Amino acid sequence: MTTALSITKNIHDWLFSTMPEGVASIVEMTLIALVYLGIFSVAGLFLVLMERRVAAWFQLRIGPNRVGFQGLLQTMADALKLLSKELTGTVKADKFLYNLAPYFVIISSLMALAVIPFTKDFHAFDINIGIFFLIAISSIGVIGILLGGWSSNNKFALIGAMRSGVQTISYELSIGLSLLTMVLITETLQLSEIVEVQKNGWLIVQGHIPAIIAFMIFMIAGTAETNRAPFDMAEAESELGAGFHTEYSGMKFAYFFLAEFINMFIIAAIAATVFFGGWLSPFGITESIPLLGVFWFLAKTLTLVFLMMWFRWTFPRLRVDQLLTLEWKYLLPINLVNIVIMAAVVWLNLTINF
Amino acid sequence: METTTVNSNFKSEKYQINMGPQHPATHGVLNLLLTIDGEIIKKVEPDLGYIHRSIEKMCERDSYQQIVHLTDRMDYLSSNINNEAVCLTVEKALQLAIPERVKVIRTIIGELTRISSHCLWWGVMGMDVGALTTYFYGFRDREMINDIMEETCGARLTMNYNVPGGLMFDIHPNFVKRVKDFIAHFKTKLPEFDTLLTENIIFQKRTKGIGILTREDAISFGASGPVARASGYSCDVRKYHPYSALDRVTFKEALRTEGDTFARYSVRIQEMWESLSIVEQLIDNIPEGEHRVKTNAVIKLPKGEFYQKVETARGELGVYVISTGTKSPYRLKFRSPGFSNLSLLNHIAVGGKIGDLVATMATLDLVIPDIDR
Repeated sequence: MTTALSITKNIHDWLFSTMPEGVASIVEMTLIALVYLGIFSVAGLFLVLMERRVAAWFQLRIGPNRVGFQGLLQTMADALKLLSKELTGTVKADKFLYNLAPYFVIISSLMALAVIPFTKDFHAFDINIGIFFLIAISSIGVIGILLGGWSSNNKFALIGAMRSGVQTISYELSIGLSLLTMVLITETLQLSEIVEVQKNGWLIVQGHIPAIIAFMIFMIAGTAETNRAPFDMAEAESELGAGFHTEYSGMKFAYFFLAEFINMFIIAAIAATVFFGGWLSPFGITESIPLLGVFWFLAKTLTLVFLMMWFRWTFPRLRVDQLLTLEWKYLLPINLVNIVIMAAVVWLNLTINF
Repeated sequence: METTTVNSNFKSEKYQINMGPQHPATHGVLNLLLTIDGEIIKKVEPDLGYIHRSIEKMCERDSYQQIVHLTDRMDYLSSNINNEAVCLTVEKALQLAIPERVKVIRTIIGELTRISSHCLWWGVMGMDVGALTTYFYGFRDREMINDIMEETCGARLTMNYNVPGGLMFDIHPNFVKRVKDFIAHFKTKLPEFDTLLTENIIFQKRTKGIGILTREDAISFGASGPVARASGYSCDVRKYHPYSALDRVTFKEALRTEGDTFARYSVRIQEMWESLSIVEQLIDNIPEGEHRVKTNAVIKLPKGEFYQKVETARGELGVYVISTGTKSPYRLKFRSPGFSNLSLLNHIAVGGKIGDLVATMATLDLVIPDIDR
């Protein structure tokens, strides 16, 4: 039976048998990095295309369908165009920070991608504090946005960056707390074990009412965390032009752009893993073919991504003070109460297990 | 720059940003100089003149037939109503008897123009508060009106359909059928506007209680059109000084008393329903007859001053002509609705957030060439 583990183990064994140990480790690490860069760019480009097609569908349009089959190569062509663009910047920008900012954003989303389990045993590293790591690493991204907005020496960018900062910091609380609610059931922070726990039923079923509340809070906070409409304060094109990335051009702009889409993917992937059983198939129908886990994982993730796109193309944008009211006056108290409810549910053994 | 000391280490300063002339929210080349304290608007100074073309001065050079064409380029979204205003002024001065057929067609086309203008406004209104999808829904229905216009007079935006003395051509044989199709179509689509945007809780939170304009202020700032009517100031020219065939139709003047952004929004939605009903009342009985009365090739207005006002999609448009008896006016002044409506922006936007300013400005429905002329 082919599993992800057997494939990766074969490659690992072959590398270590043909090379000295030190070289093999470096080669292996480089390989993994390349694979993840590949996943990163392909996923990013695909999501951009998906967004454009979904938007077109919502907006009575057709969307890009000329380059490649059904426009599949459209975003590839766009990326090539952006690569060939001149990198312009403002004269009075803080050059060092200005150039550094996109990498903060992109590195944080790349690192978050590393712990996502695509299927059983298919992740770059499966640490026992997976969820903690995810929350920690995803908050690095906001530093990049703040730096980018501040160092471009543009008032619109600065307003965008400050909005983004205040928003991300606020909503991180809700993300953390809603995931913590689920950890009460799983009793582990390791993502692969969280999935294993769900063999008896997805957590959203196991945890029933508090889990559904936690899921809704997570999706709202996740949308806010990725700076997407209806929480796209940082960009808010009708208010701030382009927000924090006003002064970025070419590939540096593309980094911000790709990172936004990857972050959306990560949020959806975490939701799929924690609430909907990750790579597990519904009712275990394809348990005999472990590699199909990738399919189930992607199906769940993309469904949630679609949900987030649906938000974006339907809702108007909130105002910045309403955004903070929503978090501090509604989501956070609900979340705290929800944790207590979940603790009671777990303590009284009221979870639903099949 | 005024500074307020919060404590010994931190100072908070107001700062200025230029919103425009190249900014997505100003819908054209309007420059707003904003003084901001953090996110809160302290002062809005509109800086005009980026698209000034001296239309009023050009009018002093042109014949009256030519002036009609210039008015298209003012408020291009209600170009037909602008054309009508000049034609009505000239006809009033010459005391021409206009055929009933012309009057009815002018009213139908005018109301269709109003609907198409409001459709576009609705689309960009949604876009300004961040709901990008509304734009395409608004344009879908506007497109049908544009097609009708194209078939009728060959142009989609700058129609030039009216001439002093009547209409340039008679209506197309398909006109009645296509307008009826549009009415049937739009009656099913207008409720969609409500489900997509009006009833959205975020939209209501963004617009209710924002940018409040009282009735007194509306009158003293010279506001007109939906902006004034949302503040409870009944000022519909179509009601008080009916022109063309508007005296024989029944319609309700859309009035709200809240005066906030949401009221201005609702007034326009209501106006679309009313315009639809006006078109419906007229479309079945367009009288037979001439589409134009003969005028001299060179129109010379008698000596004197003439004024005619109409209700465009944005409010009251006045045309004031001083004639010395020659082929061109001695002086021609347009009283455009956009200019007075813009003047109250500072009054209602101060104290709000940047997001509020954008939403408020969207409901003023500014067309910059109408302001600058």
